[in-house]
Amino acid sequence: MAERTVAVLAGGLSHERDVSLRSGRRLSVALRGQGMTVEEWDTDAGLIERLRTQRPDAVIVALHGGEGENGSVQTVLEMLEVPYVGTSSQGCRRAWDKPTAKALLEKSGFSTPNWVVLPHSTFRELGAQDVLDAIVERLGLPLILKPDQGGSALGTQVVREATELPAAMVGCFAYGDTVLAERFVEGVEVAVTVVERENGPEALPAVEIVPESGVYDYTSRYTAGLTDFFAPARLSDESAKAVGELAVAAHQLLGLRDISRTDAIVSADGTVQFLEVNLSPGLTETSTVPMAVEASGASLGSIFGELVSRAIDRRS
Amino acid sequence: MVGWLHSGGSTYRWKLTVRLITDSGPIDIRVECPMTENHPVKPQGGRHNLDPHLDRYAARTAGMTASEIRALFSVASRPEVVSLAGGMPNLAALPLGTLSTQVAEIIAEDGLVALQYGSAHGIPVLREQICEIMALEGISAHPDDIVVTVGSQMGLDMVTRLFCDPGDIVIAEGPSYVGALGSFTAYQADVVHVAMDEDGLVPEGLRAALEDAKKNGRRVKFLYTIPNFHNPAGVTLAVERRAEILEICRTYGVLVVEDNPYGLLGFENQIYPALRSLDPDNVVYLGSFSKTFASGLRVGWVLAPHAVREKLVLAAESATLCPPTLNQMIVSRYLSTHDWKGQIKIFQENYRERRDAMLSALEQQMPPGCSWTHPDGGFYVWLTVPEGVDTKAMLPRAVTARVAYASGTGFYADGFGSRQLRLSYCYPTPERIREGVRRLAAVLESEMDLVRTFGNVKSRAISGPESPSPDTA
Repeated sequence: MAERTVAVLAGGLSHERDVSLRSGRRLSVALRGQGMTVEEWDTDAGLIERLRTQRPDAVIVALHGGEGENGSVQTVLEMLEVPYVGTSSQGCRRAWDKPTAKALLEKSGFSTPNWVVLPHSTFRELGAQDVLDAIVERLGLPLILKPDQGGSALGTQVVREATELPAAMVGCFAYGDTVLAERFVEGVEVAVTVVERENGPEALPAVEIVPESGVYDYTSRYTAGLTDFFAPARLSDESAKAVGELAVAAHQLLGLRDISRTDAIVSADGTVQFLEVNLSPGLTETSTVPMAVEASGASLGSIFGELVSRAIDRRS
Repeated sequence: MVGWLHSGGSTYRWKLTVRLITDSGPIDIRVECPMTENHPVKPQGGRHNLDPHLDRYAARTAGMTASEIRALFSVASRPEVVSLAGGMPNLAALPLGTLSTQVAEIIAEDGLVALQYGSAHGIPVLREQICEIMALEGISAHPDDIVVTVGSQMGLDMVTRLFCDPGDIVIAEGPSYVGALGSFTAYQADVVHVAMDEDGLVPEGLRAALEDAKKNGRRVKFLYTIPNFHNPAGVTLAVERRAEILEICRTYGVLVVEDNPYGLLGFENQIYPALRSLDPDNVVYLGSFSKTFASGLRVGWVLAPHAVREKLVLAAESATLCPPTLNQMIVSRYLSTHDWKGQIKIFQENYRERRDAMLSALEQQMPPGCSWTHPDGGFYVWLTVPEGVDTKAMLPRAVTARVAYASGTGFYADGFGSRQLRLSYCYPTPERIREGVRRLAAVLESEMDLVRTFGNVKSRAISGPESPSPDTA
């Protein structure tokens, strides 16, 4: 492979900064193992200057949350005509907002748990209890609450009793002004990585997630040992195929690029339920994308090395 | 809890849920087995648990998990965020030019000593100098009763190691220093908090706690107290109370561990009499150069009665062999050649200016319903927020608004503190402090808005450490 210089963008100012720094670090090590020259850059006031003067062959966006996943950083890279790995700014805007992603997939015939999305102002103006009652009536219990734009399960809470809802809402609104409330579906939780290759987007083996606590929250995600993983997931051939198809469809319908990770639940009757898609998936020591990559027989470095080449070819 | 049940050649997934409802409510146990004949799961593939050592860890590691709260402090290190969370001393006033010359001299003149193992006791000349420093607080001590430690944090760790068996009780002020709570947890001691008011630890509360322990047949090993410019509360133990606290401890046969890193940082250069000066035989005194000179050198000390000191030396040896010789020599040379008292006065002035900025900003900006302590030294203000606001749950909102603080829950071992938070004024400039308080006030207003919408709610438990690491500004 030609001597390539790559800048990995990691860190940022979102709540997921810490996770992003770890993703960036692991990715950088993997790419250096492929013989590339890699620098890890934060997104701060010096970034544009660095991009202009150092002109890396490509940039990889390993930012999680905020400016790194809502299209902002991508817009800057596009303006500066820097080749980069990851979804375009337009795709980001579509996929980053969970309810938008769910609606698009549901419209295309996929299953996703019932949901409502509401800002704090609605609860304030119409009376919290009335709105909460309406939510429980519509969606039933148990529910899961998530900030409508966010990741790493920050602010995510499972609510089993209606009495728990107000506290769960307050905790969720700490992360953003709008909450997604969704029916909590029990079943086999899987994460499916999609990588674009020669012949188009390809689903890697699904990874099954079994957190000891029962909820794949922040602590379960980032404390080694608190979650069991199975790669490939222990699914019937039929279900494995179905989750792969869902992930590829999500990737295409939402206009994602290069790499994405779809989270889904396979319920007892075999229905595959779409939860969300992540366009800048975690690459830490406890993340599922590297596990999927390994289960497919590849390595993080080789996969991203390919994506770097594709990004460079795209630009030229 | 989820698991697998293998039966008759098939694998089923079961789920066991236990909910305990307190105060004689019913216990609710559900076992679900949502598998049907056409279940989508079959055993195959590689199982990964990312920690092969999972079943080898000692019980004391239970709290060592990834924490959302702790992850937020990573954002606090960005310059865009005004961090009022950390406790890093402001070292900008140190005479770096002089110091660098001195360090070079030490290596040139005494390199073979400076770079070699020393005694676990610490170098003699430094121990003598420490005696002179403690004399300012009324302590009369012999250099041999001092053990130099790798920071007073290590000193506290050693003292806990010497005295606490798992299940022993340590009495601490409520709130207390997070590093101390960490040490007590590491040795599996139980912490009982006793309330403070604006004059520090409340003697009646201490008496009640000790009486309570006695009644329950529990062994209390020591009282851990930070009498001056308390971290995190900012208050100082009133001089009139000091003798009474000591007397209570003597009555109940309880040792006193006096942790005094801030004692020389009173803004009027006021110095309070050390507990050790009032009761030499029942007090173990922890001192530090971290706030009066340089935190990164990791030089602190323990002053203990001779029998305790003997054991401390042995314990220290098995922990670190000896404290760093070079760093002790740096401290010693600094003390003997530099006007260290003058330097402390400069620090006092710097911190006073920052305290003033913070208190006036709080006065101007905080919404009604808030109250806070008024420190006359040290680094911290302890703020109480209006009823219903949870400072731990509020932290992500604060980070979004580019301000950080340490939620009060990190400073209690028993889940208290969600109505309080600690603000540090030691590191940022006065302008930044004012800006930080302005942002915090806006965050509080938003949070109070949320409380008005949803009512007072107790937020969920979040596991893992809740305070920034020591190098968080």
